[in-house]
Amino acid sequence: MKEKLEQIKAEALERIEEAGALEKLNDIRVAYLGKKGELTSVLKSLKDVAPEDRPKVGQMVNDVRALLEERLENAKAVLARAAREEQMAREEIDVTLPSKKAEIGHKHPNMVALEEVERIFIGMGYEVVEGPEIEYDYYNFEALNIPANHPAKDEQDTFYITDKILLRTQTSPVQVRTMEQKKPPIRMIAPGRVFRSDEVDATHSPSFHQIEGMVIDKNITFSDLKGTLAQFAVELFGENTKVKFRPHHFPFTEPSAEVDVTCFKCGGVGCRFCKGSGWIEILGCGMIHPKVLRMSGIDPEEYSGFAFGMGLERIALLKYEIDDMRLLYENDIRFLKQF
Amino acid sequence: MNTALSWIKAYVPDLDVSDQQYTDAMTLTGTKVEGFERLDKNLEKIVVGQILSIERHPDADKLIVCQVDVGTETVQIVTGAPNVKEGDKVPVVLDGGKVAGGHDGGPLPESGIKIKKGKLRGVASCGMMCSIEELGSSRDMYPDAPEEGIYIMKEDTPVGADAVELLGLRDTVFEYEITSNRVDCYSILGIAREAAVTFGKTYCPPAPAVTGNEEKASDYIQVEVQDEELCPRYCARVVKNIRIAPSPEWMQRRLAASGIRPINNLVDITNYVMEEFGQPMHAYDLRRIAGNKIIVRRAKDGDEFQTLDGQLRKLDRDVLMICDAEKEVGIAGIMGGENSKIVDDVKTVLFEAACFDGTNIRLSSKRLGMRTEASAKFEKGLDPNNAQAAIDRACQLIEELGCGEVVGGMVDCYPAPRQPRRVAFDWQQVNKLLGTDIPEQEMLRIFALLDLGYDSEKKEVIVPTFRQDLECGADLAEEVARFYGYDKIPTTLPGGEGTAGKLSFKLRVEELARNVAEYCGFSQAMTYSFESPRVFDKLSLAADDPMRQAITIMNPLGEDYSIMRTSVINGMLTSLSVNYNRRNKNIHLYELGNIYLPKALPLEELPDERMQLMLGFYGDGDFFTMKGVVEEFLEQAGLKKKLVCDPSRKKPFLHPGRQAELVYDGKVIGWIGEVHPDVTDRYEIGDRTYLADLDMQGITKLASFDKKYVGIVRYPAVTRDISMVAKKEIRVGQIEEVIEKFGGKLLESYHLFDVYEGSQIARGYKSVAYSITFRAKDRTLEDKEVGKVMEKILDGLKELGIELRM
Repeated sequence: MKEKLEQIKAEALERIEEAGALEKLNDIRVAYLGKKGELTSVLKSLKDVAPEDRPKVGQMVNDVRALLEERLENAKAVLARAAREEQMAREEIDVTLPSKKAEIGHKHPNMVALEEVERIFIGMGYEVVEGPEIEYDYYNFEALNIPANHPAKDEQDTFYITDKILLRTQTSPVQVRTMEQKKPPIRMIAPGRVFRSDEVDATHSPSFHQIEGMVIDKNITFSDLKGTLAQFAVELFGENTKVKFRPHHFPFTEPSAEVDVTCFKCGGVGCRFCKGSGWIEILGCGMIHPKVLRMSGIDPEEYSGFAFGMGLERIALLKYEIDDMRLLYENDIRFLKQF
Repeated sequence: MNTALSWIKAYVPDLDVSDQQYTDAMTLTGTKVEGFERLDKNLEKIVVGQILSIERHPDADKLIVCQVDVGTETVQIVTGAPNVKEGDKVPVVLDGGKVAGGHDGGPLPESGIKIKKGKLRGVASCGMMCSIEELGSSRDMYPDAPEEGIYIMKEDTPVGADAVELLGLRDTVFEYEITSNRVDCYSILGIAREAAVTFGKTYCPPAPAVTGNEEKASDYIQVEVQDEELCPRYCARVVKNIRIAPSPEWMQRRLAASGIRPINNLVDITNYVMEEFGQPMHAYDLRRIAGNKIIVRRAKDGDEFQTLDGQLRKLDRDVLMICDAEKEVGIAGIMGGENSKIVDDVKTVLFEAACFDGTNIRLSSKRLGMRTEASAKFEKGLDPNNAQAAIDRACQLIEELGCGEVVGGMVDCYPAPRQPRRVAFDWQQVNKLLGTDIPEQEMLRIFALLDLGYDSEKKEVIVPTFRQDLECGADLAEEVARFYGYDKIPTTLPGGEGTAGKLSFKLRVEELARNVAEYCGFSQAMTYSFESPRVFDKLSLAADDPMRQAITIMNPLGEDYSIMRTSVINGMLTSLSVNYNRRNKNIHLYELGNIYLPKALPLEELPDERMQLMLGFYGDGDFFTMKGVVEEFLEQAGLKKKLVCDPSRKKPFLHPGRQAELVYDGKVIGWIGEVHPDVTDRYEIGDRTYLADLDMQGITKLASFDKKYVGIVRYPAVTRDISMVAKKEIRVGQIEEVIEKFGGKLLESYHLFDVYEGSQIARGYKSVAYSITFRAKDRTLEDKEVGKVMEKILDGLKELGIELRM
């Protein structure tokens, strides 16, 4: 019996060794360990063994069984690994082949710039509001301290619909509408389309965008205006950006200023981009004129405020180094794709 | 406004700054310098030389050989200039020097022209004698220069001296941007005052001394102003025994630097005073003033008048005229008349320095289409108190220059002299507005430098009439801030109660629309809000189509930009067309833009401005790609109900069989479709083009960003597949309506998995197959229950004439 077991063992181990395929291993398992397998039949014939020898022989059979099972498992693992490796080798791809992109669309550069500006001011507690593009003369001019026949009305080359209704030339009327609707404290920006009768060329467009900003509260100062815009410039144009406030005149602010930032191309030393000055003009601003506050129902004795306005296209053109404004309204995909 | 620095220095004698320092400092106090140009740019090594002898060139008929004494030596110069003779003193550029331009007076090269010694036709030439053009100027500005050839300098000019200096070219011309509130700075004196305060130097304006003989001007002329509102002041003085001659060099140089061509002493003096004081003046030949009387009155509608440029002008009653006893002699503040203009043999001149209503002049000059130097000044609204100073200054110059004999006295119509304004001054209030801590004394010091008076008792600043812009405390704060220095004001951030930074709900929905469109591959376009009325024909719109109800601009840039758009279609198709014609492939664009729908025409109130999301593409995709983008957006915007595509109402610009109105919850929120080939032909797009238009205003009303979790049911679902045969014209939308209607609460979802026409299906029919899923929240569904529901659905379908396919 023992010999027979040894023989089965040796034979089985040899077959396992030579199997070379998963299916063959399975066949071997069936042949030796299956219900009708050789080892199973040895176990079945245990009844023929003398009772005192049975435990010993049983033990031997179980040992052989355990050994075969272990070897079968090992061989299976080796073969499975080899098969996986073969699969991996077979499935190698040329990773430099072109990608399959889900083509995502692109934002208009104006929008990219606007979102940057909005993000900065929303972070500072400003609400983004809007006003009508077709506007009453009153809101566009009169309520902004630009009375009838004021030369500033000519300067702005207004498109008129009727004597009283026009295409707004600036986003400043949103200041007035906001003051009429809200009580201080007010912090808002108002982006939007504006219109002036300029012929289309590389630097002019009859339709463009402005972003208006306004803060009204008790004790708002010119120094607050300076601080706010200095912070804005740093956020928009980078850490080392400096601002310069130059006195200027707008009918609806007093004192008024134009703001230059250090040229972001040359850092302020002067280059062709900033025409050698080291500075680039980006916006106009000032303390809201007491007449404007009063006309819009806010008591200038109690409140003060500042306002600022900038051209969105100007910022987009400067920031992304676009050299022709007409590109913004052609919508050539080769242009849009760059943003 | 352009002026030479030397003219400013005439009134601020201690001013000693570089061009750049001047530019920077003036800009920072509010007189913005746009740029400057040195008149001696590229003029190097140019001295006065005297021609000692002239010989013919041995080998060239048109050249001569000159021996020229340049002070330090005698040089030989060959020239082709026809006008020189022995003894002439001329500007000579020495070997190694530079001139600004060529003798033809063409555009000046950026870095000038270098002059080196060389040979002309074999004869050595060392240096060059210069024409006025080579010195960078022109005969217009130097009327004494010869028409052709070398500029000949005065006989008493010292040989070897700096010719550039002697020609008045060691100077810098500054260009300013003067803001419209600073009328006083449209003059040399105004700028000089600002410069003096800016640099802390003394301001020394000219003091026009009272001049004149024993006679009285009022014996020569009478003035009657009939419209005092339009002419608050009219000053007249008389000059007799006029002697017309060139004005002195210093005056010519100053005018030339300001871009004004010197003519003769009389014209130059009026121009000079206009620049200096900012007050335009006019001179009439007194012989031609009938009745020795000036009447200032409005013209009559339909009058015609010939201005001194020879043009006939049509007048109306809002044009203010200067008249004599019989006729009109000038358009007030704009241009004199042909009938009274100064001629060469003028003997006696009437000088006018008046103040006219700025708005009236501006509007008249606009209506008449003539903007002159004078009208440009008057329209800003001049200070009437400046008129007398200016006319006196002119008379002073007449005497100094020996241009004539000034008659004593002035005729002055000034019924309501303008008084200085008083503005309350609270120094603490100024600091409060600026966020500064500037002492009161410092503020008062600045006011004094600006010639503003101060009443310390009443605490009022007394604003002279030339500063019409100073009206309130904020204006005074600006004066303080300008000269204290904007750069010295601290930087702080607003304190006080916090506010929430946010986008409005409308803007949030728009942001979502942009995000979905972009993730679906559409890039953002922007087009103009105005377009051509011809767009409507291009889109095949019927004559009565409501889209034709567009707002018209009164003064458009041209017909192509004359109406406010009532849809974004044209903008989109134009953008697609641009791309198609540039051979860009597979273009997907979107635009978020307003359309303008009038409530009534002509406009009485503001129109309805409706934001539209317009999607458009050609290339990859079809109608259903577009439909998918729309559904994706609506779902993201919280519009979770089923979007219905209703093909029943047709738009003429879309393919009749491939378009639908988009209906959500019974409301039309937009449309979708393939563009009609007639329309793509007109836009020259050679590919199938798809558009979708969503009314953002409607969608924003329906949108919501609220999210609520609905429990995930753990009981199993039951799915039934059905295949049916329907008439071709039955739309699957109708089948789905039936499934939804009869599916009841147990219906979880359904999914169309096949539509087929062709063999095995009768002609005019199609096969449609759905997979329908049922599930109950609280139990495992029994077959029986599902069977019942399916039966109802099938009954419903039968009513549409649909048969199950076995």
